[in-house]
Amino acid sequence: MRLSLSSIVKKSIMAVTGLALCGFVLAHMAGNLQIFLGQDALNAYAAKLQHLGPFLWLMRIGLLVCFVAHIVTAALLTVENRLARPSPYLHQATVKATFASRTLPMTGLIVLGFLIYHLAHFTFKLTHPEHAHLSDALGRHDVYSMVVLSFREWPVSVAYVAAMVPLCLHLSHGAASLFQTLGLRHERYQPAIRCAARGFALLILAGNSSIPLAVLVGAVKLPGGA
Amino acid sequence: MNLKLVVWRQAGPQDKGRAVTYEARDISEHMSFLEMLDVVNEGLLSKGEEPIAFDSDCREGICGMCSLVINGVAHGPERGTATCQLHMRKFKDGDTITIEPWKARAFPVVRDLTVDRSAFDRIVQAGGFVSVNTGNAPDANAVPVPKTVADLAMDAAQCIGCGACVAQCKNASAMLFVAAKVSHLALLPQGQPEKQRRVLDMVARMDSEGFGNCTNQYECEAVCPKSISSSFIARMNREYLAASAARQPERREEGGY
Repeated sequence: MRLSLSSIVKKSIMAVTGLALCGFVLAHMAGNLQIFLGQDALNAYAAKLQHLGPFLWLMRIGLLVCFVAHIVTAALLTVENRLARPSPYLHQATVKATFASRTLPMTGLIVLGFLIYHLAHFTFKLTHPEHAHLSDALGRHDVYSMVVLSFREWPVSVAYVAAMVPLCLHLSHGAASLFQTLGLRHERYQPAIRCAARGFALLILAGNSSIPLAVLVGAVKLPGGA
Repeated sequence: MNLKLVVWRQAGPQDKGRAVTYEARDISEHMSFLEMLDVVNEGLLSKGEEPIAFDSDCREGICGMCSLVINGVAHGPERGTATCQLHMRKFKDGDTITIEPWKARAFPVVRDLTVDRSAFDRIVQAGGFVSVNTGNAPDANAVPVPKTVADLAMDAAQCIGCGACVAQCKNASAMLFVAAKVSHLALLPQGQPEKQRRVLDMVARMDSEGFGNCTNQYECEAVCPKSISSSFIARMNREYLAASAARQPERREEGGY
């Protein structure tokens, strides 16, 4: 089962791809929060991304490589970890490991499941084709209306908000853990790193959840005010 | 005090093993945990039963021979303490105590609560040493070592190799043990010449022994009887990545003397 890569190299792959994915999650959220600036801002941003040309594909391929490397390496490490203790303890106890750290493979799987749904929803436009091909007054793809109409269906909004909780847990452990794995630890900065990771995870939870919640309560409306 | 013990009994490495319940009667709260087991074993012997096999040696918390996962925690409920220094006053009359061996693929059970920890010896043989040319002993203070560095190296050198870190880790990872050995030598001037080869070889040996991978949960440092910090794991990761990147190819030995 063991590849020729050492445990520390595999963990470093997790850390580096994890850091890149943290950056993606943050940028993705910052872009999406432009929905609060109105239809024009969000659609203009989406059109700009679409017109990046080769850079868009460079980003997409980079992102795909990070995701695949992160998931494959995680699967390898998890299988090795399970094999390392063939028979579990009768009495299982935890002294100081956090809930987020113990559920990391599980929250990762849930986030992966959500990611597939999310891509089917907004990228491949399979789940809500009726909202997916609208255009705005300037002839651009109307991302704004697509998002608002989708999130008006409460089961969709609830699924998006619910998926942000395991993502938040995953990030709260991973974002601090990656510094340890890469050897970037000093007792003076350690509490700050742990705090920053939790703050980052909560920021992602709050920022991403705010969009479906704002649509549900009617704070974000269609362009005509409907 | 009277206790109910649920003890892992296993006749040998090939046996499947099972939990057996024993009564421990009239135990003094001043006994150590191992003395309590001695009393139980005396009772078993007098009844003609096979006593419970467990490891111990110095019984003063310095040798690293004793083990035991007590109620799911390696070395039991008291922090910074080996099982031999755990006293029965930490338990209450009538308690049920589950006693299991270290469980890890790399530590096969020899019998009952004793496990084979020679995987640790093989990791140390792979690089956990400093090569010294023979000759006169060098003057003790000829190589200056800053006090803070000496203290940190001593913190790592406290590792007694008991294996509690592996036993407690959810992944049976040996990272805290290997990190302590690597850090102890990498911090000191005497450890510098073999620094790169040491960390690469010891980690390779650790991986091949079948230990799991660290997931940075720090259960290891919580149960370590010497309270060795998981910051040494970060130090080893740093040493390993730097050594992997910077290592020069080995030169073939040519000629001779």
